[in-house]
Amino acid sequence: MGEVTGEVIVITSGKGGVGKTTTTANIGTGLAKLGKRVVLVDTDIGLRNLDVVLGLENRIVYNVVDVVEGTCKLKQALIKDKRAEGLCLLPAAQTRDKSAVTPEQMAEVAKELKAEFDYVIMDSPAGIEQGFKNAIAGADRGIIVTTPEMSAVRDADRIIGLLEANEMQDLKLVVNRIRSDMVERGDMMSAEDVVEVLGINLIGVVPDDEKIVIATNNGEPLAGDESLAGQAYINICHRILGEDVPYLDLRKKKGFLAKLFGKN
Amino acid sequence: MSFGDFFRRRSSGETAKDRLKLVLVSDRSACSPEIMERIKNDIIEVLSKYVEIDREGLDIKITQSEGDGPEEKAGPALFANIPIRNIRQRN
Repeated sequence: MGEVTGEVIVITSGKGGVGKTTTTANIGTGLAKLGKRVVLVDTDIGLRNLDVVLGLENRIVYNVVDVVEGTCKLKQALIKDKRAEGLCLLPAAQTRDKSAVTPEQMAEVAKELKAEFDYVIMDSPAGIEQGFKNAIAGADRGIIVTTPEMSAVRDADRIIGLLEANEMQDLKLVVNRIRSDMVERGDMMSAEDVVEVLGINLIGVVPDDEKIVIATNNGEPLAGDESLAGQAYINICHRILGEDVPYLDLRKKKGFLAKLFGKN
Repeated sequence: MSFGDFFRRRSSGETAKDRLKLVLVSDRSACSPEIMERIKNDIIEVLSKYVEIDREGLDIKITQSEGDGPEEKAGPALFANIPIRNIRQRN
């Protein structure tokens, strides 16, 4: 084991269905594309999904519970993503529940992984119970995912409070599923509104892009491709690496008719 | 602002933001319902020395203060509505 270790980042949200797993898959894929060694850990024991979003569901042999219980070695449970060099997945168990792993055990797994990888990314389950506590146990920094909806932002605020109580200093926000057309006509909170309410720094704004649905259908994260969402995700990765990247203009490109008759 | 804008309804995004700010003020305050109940009882006890209070009508909550002008920042505030039945003379 080298002296220089990687970093453990937890991706969490409080509320379910805001895009934690999609964000995890895309940040992992993006960082790998930028040449980093990355391992994604699915901590949602009993309700695993990261494998499916990454398209690796048919390759699972062992999982994190097997590692903790000593059924296999850590390395045996890691699945290499053949399409993104440097990216690995440590899947969750599907037939167990959250109590199969303790926060101490999860922190130990994270510690072991960060000796081998540049980034260890923990995909947290929804909620604030044991699964969440497991996911944050070994984390150095946190990325909170929310959508511009009241319920999601409220839950994000609760999560931020809990992470701060756990003395996690470096917290960043991803505002997911922004619909710029709705923001423009005032019917959706903007990313700036959400930042103002939550009081933590932004690391990414991801548009509500149907390409994400297609990418998930195909099990191929789109970070780094030419789509608007793909660009938004790779920009998040650059910011994780400490680079200063300007935010995208998320307004949809005008259609044929609008181009023909519009000024621009 | 155009003529149309003048009559336009307040946008739902703004409404959401304002409602959210209020919800978060009470979420973030460390005041659990039990503590609020104790504060309420203490207020009743203190004020009852001087005036007769309508206990049933008493309402206290943590809310967001408006903040008048640029100097005064908006922040959490304890709002209490305490109906008085009778201002007794005590001596």
